[in-house]
Amino acid sequence: MKNIIYLIFGIFFGIILTKSEVISWFRIHNMFMFREAHMYLVIGSAVVVGAVSVAILKLLKIKSASGEPISFKGKAYNKGFIIGGIIFGIGWAITGACPGPIFGQIGAGAYPAIFTLAGAIVGALLYQHNRARLPH
Amino acid sequence: MHTTYWPWYIAGPLIGLFVPLLYIIGNKAFGLSSSFDHMCYIITPKNRKAALKFDAGQNAWKTFFVLGIAIGALITQFVLSDTPKPFLPEKYYSLPGFIFLFIGGLFIGFGTRYANGCTSGHAITGLSLLNPASLYSTLAFFISGALFTWLLYFLF
Repeated sequence: MKNIIYLIFGIFFGIILTKSEVISWFRIHNMFMFREAHMYLVIGSAVVVGAVSVAILKLLKIKSASGEPISFKGKAYNKGFIIGGIIFGIGWAITGACPGPIFGQIGAGAYPAIFTLAGAIVGALLYQHNRARLPH
Repeated sequence: MHTTYWPWYIAGPLIGLFVPLLYIIGNKAFGLSSSFDHMCYIITPKNRKAALKFDAGQNAWKTFFVLGIAIGALITQFVLSDTPKPFLPEKYYSLPGFIFLFIGGLFIGFGTRYANGCTSGHAITGLSLLNPASLYSTLAFFISGALFTWLLYFLF
């Protein structure tokens, strides 16, 4: 079962998110209220490390484990990037969780986050069934 | 100020390393909101799956990854920590709280799929790739989140 490796990566990711309180509503709230720099610095330093890593992988033409060249294609822009982003921001502010941390909150015993997850799955379904009618 | 959680300079770089890790191991771009697509696919009845028009296999790994996040959080909270921490405010442990979170979840699911990415896919991976499209989306959700937080703050 090749997906087990991603479960293991997820466990490590979950430990990091929980230890640094990235899954906390309080950290997200204080980020949006500009009371704490913590979240800005976490995301900022993650982007710097990610960008430097991508530059190194490109420079050294490193291949993926399966031997194929790595595809570094960025997502192509459409209007949904901004409209959807605005909608997502509201949800992030309400729940104090972006998609990954929803699962972190549930795992850490903050059980009301199950309602966040239920809402997110229904929201994704609503989008899938209405995508043709929405501006992109 | 004394804090009881890992500082940014430990957590941020470790999170950033998931970008090259996933590229190297699976030739995969790190991003988690499409795990919702896969969950939609799982719960949709067989005869209607085709109407969803997306490749289920492509996002399956993300469902495993987010399941891992829940296990990792559980281990941290109940095995690696002396005292469990609250991650949601007290007010959310009530019926109105559940409804408010469900509505917030609707915005997250609809918004991230409409935007084709979230904090991981656009802010971390997209910005690591220096993709302007991901920068626009990142600015959109940060500004919107901040404005909405301030709106709630002044209203209640």
